[in-house]
Amino acid sequence: MKIQEADAKKLLLAQGLPVPPWEVARSPAEARAAASRLLHGAGHARQVVIKAQVLVGGRGKAGGVRLAATDDEAEHVADDILGMSIKGIAVRKVLVAPAADIVRELYLAAVLDRAARRILLMGSAEGGIEIEQVAATNPDAIVRIHADPLLGLRDWQARELAFRLGLNAHLKATVGIAKGLVRTMLANDADLVEINPLAIVREGAGAGEERLVCLDAKITLDDSALFRHQDHEALRDPDEEAPADAEARRHDISFIHLDGTIGCMVNGAGLAMTTMDLVKRAGGEPANFLDIGGGAKAERVAAAMRLILAEPRVEAILVNIFGGITRGDEVALGLIEARKQQSRDVPMVVRIVGTNAAEAARLLEEAHFETAASLDEAAEKAVAAARAQGQAA
Amino acid sequence: MSILIGRETRLVVQGITGREGEFHARAMQAYGTAIVGGMTPGKGGQKALDDTVPVFDTMSEAVRETGANTSCIFVPAAGAPDAILEAAAAGIGTIFCITEGIPALDMVPVVAAVRAAGATLIGPNCPGATSPGRAKVGIIPGSIHRDGSVGVVSRSGTLTYEAVQAMTDAGIGQSTCVGIGGDPIIGSTFLEVLQLFAADPETEAIVLIGEIGGAAEEEAAAWAATNLAGVPKAAFIAGRTAPEGKRMGHAGAIISGGAGTAGSKVAALEAAGFGVAGSPTELPQLLRDAGYRG
Repeated sequence: MKIQEADAKKLLLAQGLPVPPWEVARSPAEARAAASRLLHGAGHARQVVIKAQVLVGGRGKAGGVRLAATDDEAEHVADDILGMSIKGIAVRKVLVAPAADIVRELYLAAVLDRAARRILLMGSAEGGIEIEQVAATNPDAIVRIHADPLLGLRDWQARELAFRLGLNAHLKATVGIAKGLVRTMLANDADLVEINPLAIVREGAGAGEERLVCLDAKITLDDSALFRHQDHEALRDPDEEAPADAEARRHDISFIHLDGTIGCMVNGAGLAMTTMDLVKRAGGEPANFLDIGGGAKAERVAAAMRLILAEPRVEAILVNIFGGITRGDEVALGLIEARKQQSRDVPMVVRIVGTNAAEAARLLEEAHFETAASLDEAAEKAVAAARAQGQAA
Repeated sequence: MSILIGRETRLVVQGITGREGEFHARAMQAYGTAIVGGMTPGKGGQKALDDTVPVFDTMSEAVRETGANTSCIFVPAAGAPDAILEAAAAGIGTIFCITEGIPALDMVPVVAAVRAAGATLIGPNCPGATSPGRAKVGIIPGSIHRDGSVGVVSRSGTLTYEAVQAMTDAGIGQSTCVGIGGDPIIGSTFLEVLQLFAADPETEAIVLIGEIGGAAEEEAAAWAATNLAGVPKAAFIAGRTAPEGKRMGHAGAIISGGAGTAGSKVAALEAAGFGVAGSPTELPQLLRDAGYRG
């Protein structure tokens, strides 16, 4: 689960990391009030930065991060940004913070390294740009240090990171931040805690004092660990969750919306992806990824059918079940029930093999379902049915 | 011969008194697997599976009383990491963790500790393994198999059944079929299972079934290119149509930052001499094309 920058910053603050103050505004008037407090309050910021709060990258490039020097300008800029849509997502809130006087930008992140099966700290002296870009153009600029799987990130490792990033003058601060990122990861079951940029900023008037701070924050949480973080449920952004996704979650269905015309209902994630791939191979386009999980009963099958049919583009449905824990006859009963309640008539091709497949076949035949023996055949039939349906419409 | 499990397997089922644990333990027993014990804390002294299997409170007791060498875990996600560690501490050599939904960071120290104990962990979030005609540990339906000499290793469940069924239908049997699990952090990778197959005299061909996310298929391919050069090899990769940045059901199945794509995996496998199938049903023919005669 991705969370918004402002929420990510709160999780960093909770672990004692240095994060400059910010406010979240949902309207131009709120942004004006926030800017006013920052420009004329105790901090006397010379400018504020206004940042779109959306869960996609590339906000800066899209014009979703801008500066303002006065209350009026802040209101105007916030009005612009709040009207934007970035990569298809409408901006509903902005973050307002004092504009930092940046001396140097770096990158620092703690990630779960699947291959090494450890937590990896990744730092780069090139901050402010995406790490994938640095990895492609200047891979030697990235410093990689693995935390010990049993002992965690040790001080000497964090010091090594600081020296290799040229942060000798900020040794203690770097060690504190590096260890803090790992702590944030562990405390919240995050897969990723990314600070980009981690910045040396000048604070106070004139020459000022230099300080290392986390100017941005990106955190993704492990969905599998939400059961032990009740408070994280509040961080799920309802503005950015499609109703279908929330509905799928309620029924324990793994569902991802795609742009094609052939709805897919499958048991098992690998087989669900394979079914999509075979639809494409047969000349069609999948409308969704949908895994009903193991041991699905009739009710979950009916819920899955509703999710698929909620997309008006769907012109045919392909059901592919390889029964193991899942019983084919249960799925067949669910399909028969779902078709009775079905809001519109969409052709369906069903393939059920494995546990209780014979009983499933009998039920489906009685109910006049179109069936297929192999997965390849099922995909071809579904694509043909969608074509026929598309031409009829 | 086989890898990981076989006639010498003496299995303890952790969580045998739970609904899932009991159901699958019964199927394993019916397949002929020697289930020597079950374990559920607080239920020691009871008997499971129609009074045929003693239940123990702890793994150390189970091992001491039965000489068990293998365990299969059906414990809920919150307790599964502990169940793995308890098995390893009791001296179990091969641990299968079927449990789905274990927080990934829990597995980082667990994998390290299991290795330090000298044990092998398969999973979590895996269907287990079958050595046709000898033993089945986990939840793979026994009916899809045929005894033979192709080693199958896969990251998923039902997709594996699909591929194995296609092989069996074509008359191609398996030496061992191993599901390594769809989570980001797993006990044994493709590479580690391929190394076991390479050392098994009765495994004469390899089928690898991967999916998007991570780079474990690429890592295995690079190793196989030199170490399994003369062995017939076929593969299938799921997720060619998967969009970037979306977790496709399995916690580990996600393309991020342009890495972990099906294209990258297919290219690496082809370069290493694998025939890569467009559909699981093509795997038998690809094995034949690679010279497999078994």
